[in-house]
Amino acid sequence: MKKTPLYESHIKRGGKIIEFGQWLMPVQYTGIIEEHEQVRKAAGLFDVSHMGEILVTGPDATSFIQKLITNDIESAKDGQIVYSPMCYPTGGTVDDLLVYKFSGEMYLLIVNANNTNKDFEWMLENLEGRADVKNVSDDYAQLAIQGPKAQEILQKITSCPLHEIKFFRFTECVLPDGIKAIVSRTGYTGEDGFEIYIPTENAVLLWDKLLEAGADDGLVPVGLGARDTLRLEAALPLYGNELDSDITPLEAGLERFVKLNKESFIGREALLSQYQSGIKRKLAGFEMLEKGIPRNRYSVQKEGKIIGYVTSGSFSPSLKKSIGLALVESAYAEKGAELDIVIRGRPVRAVCVPIPFCFKKYHK
Amino acid sequence: MNDFEIKKYSTEHEWVGVDGDRAYIGITEYAANSLGEIVYVELPELGNELNAGDVLGVVESVKAASDIYSPISGKVVEVNEELTDNPEIINEDPENCWIAVLEISDPAQLDELMDEKEYEEYCAEEE
Repeated sequence: MKKTPLYESHIKRGGKIIEFGQWLMPVQYTGIIEEHEQVRKAAGLFDVSHMGEILVTGPDATSFIQKLITNDIESAKDGQIVYSPMCYPTGGTVDDLLVYKFSGEMYLLIVNANNTNKDFEWMLENLEGRADVKNVSDDYAQLAIQGPKAQEILQKITSCPLHEIKFFRFTECVLPDGIKAIVSRTGYTGEDGFEIYIPTENAVLLWDKLLEAGADDGLVPVGLGARDTLRLEAALPLYGNELDSDITPLEAGLERFVKLNKESFIGREALLSQYQSGIKRKLAGFEMLEKGIPRNRYSVQKEGKIIGYVTSGSFSPSLKKSIGLALVESAYAEKGAELDIVIRGRPVRAVCVPIPFCFKKYHK
Repeated sequence: MNDFEIKKYSTEHEWVGVDGDRAYIGITEYAANSLGEIVYVELPELGNELNAGDVLGVVESVKAASDIYSPISGKVVEVNEELTDNPEIINEDPENCWIAVLEISDPAQLDELMDEKEYEEYCAEEE
């Protein structure tokens, strides 16, 4: 099992450790609901050092990445971040990732922790032109500070002008003790906030410093449990649930990140044909009308017939009701349509609702 | 509520409080702590005849659903309806928050369960 540089810090602060794929990570410190609410009303600090970082460099770096991903980075500016799915020729999803553009010849790709090796192999297999790919995951630790007080707290420890960093932009700055960091206005909670990439050896120092600086403003450490409920309320996809090798980004409702007009990319033909022939199943947000909690892989029925399955479901700490995402036959994915979620063999009533479930509070 | 004639514990972390021929069943503090905040409880149906080891109900935390197993056999004669709307009261005082009451069909099964001291040792080993 792998540990992040903050493993001991989590245990010291009472983090309850679970296995997350190949990683030992804190699922919670004081409680998932409490941590969730704290992020929505003040701020939370997440250790996301398990995320993978892959560096792509060289004169043909741009065209190589254009071939790999479904979104278009052609018009991206230096210092901009682009979110994109990455697909197989079948249209199924290899991963979803963030592309940090340093220059036309240097990009840092942020990939899902448990996909890092798979993604890296995939990139090597498809490598072409004068481009170089390097898995630099072990060099970086990543912290995310999220919530309405995130900027105010982070600003206490750095002179870097954070208000100048726009949504999905990043800057390189020097944090206290000479820590060189990449700071971006991004996150996975639906709140304003930052993701901070630093050398692995500086992780403990920055973690402690931030928690100390934010203590009076209500900053708390947050585990993977609340990370999941926060991203679900914001309807942000989780690879392995809403996306996987059998699910295309079009089915997952990510069409705005799939640029079918782009000249060519892996999976384009399959996705174009799926788009033209009509997308047969779609991701729908739903909330329960009766008591019960939907969970990943529960069946979804309409009048006794199976029409899909739940990709993610949970009790929503912000809404105080049970919500979920389901991949269902497109005809049933309409807002207001009633569905049954099969919970322990019993159909329980639910209704399709617009997503995100909670209004996103990004500072754009 | 805690003044049972006998209180016993199962390896699945349920407690059984005996009051005459009635057995109150709940989950232990150890179970409640490891589950975290409980957000839903599925209660058994009144009149159900359960065998020891049968699923009596389900408790769900934010993260997962966990079955509650009946430590003994018996008929469900009462359920704690308050848990339907306020499942979180289990976390506040798990050892006093019963989920269902069974009419004990085989008192000898109680002897096979752990007493408080044995259960404490059992939990220490689980850690």
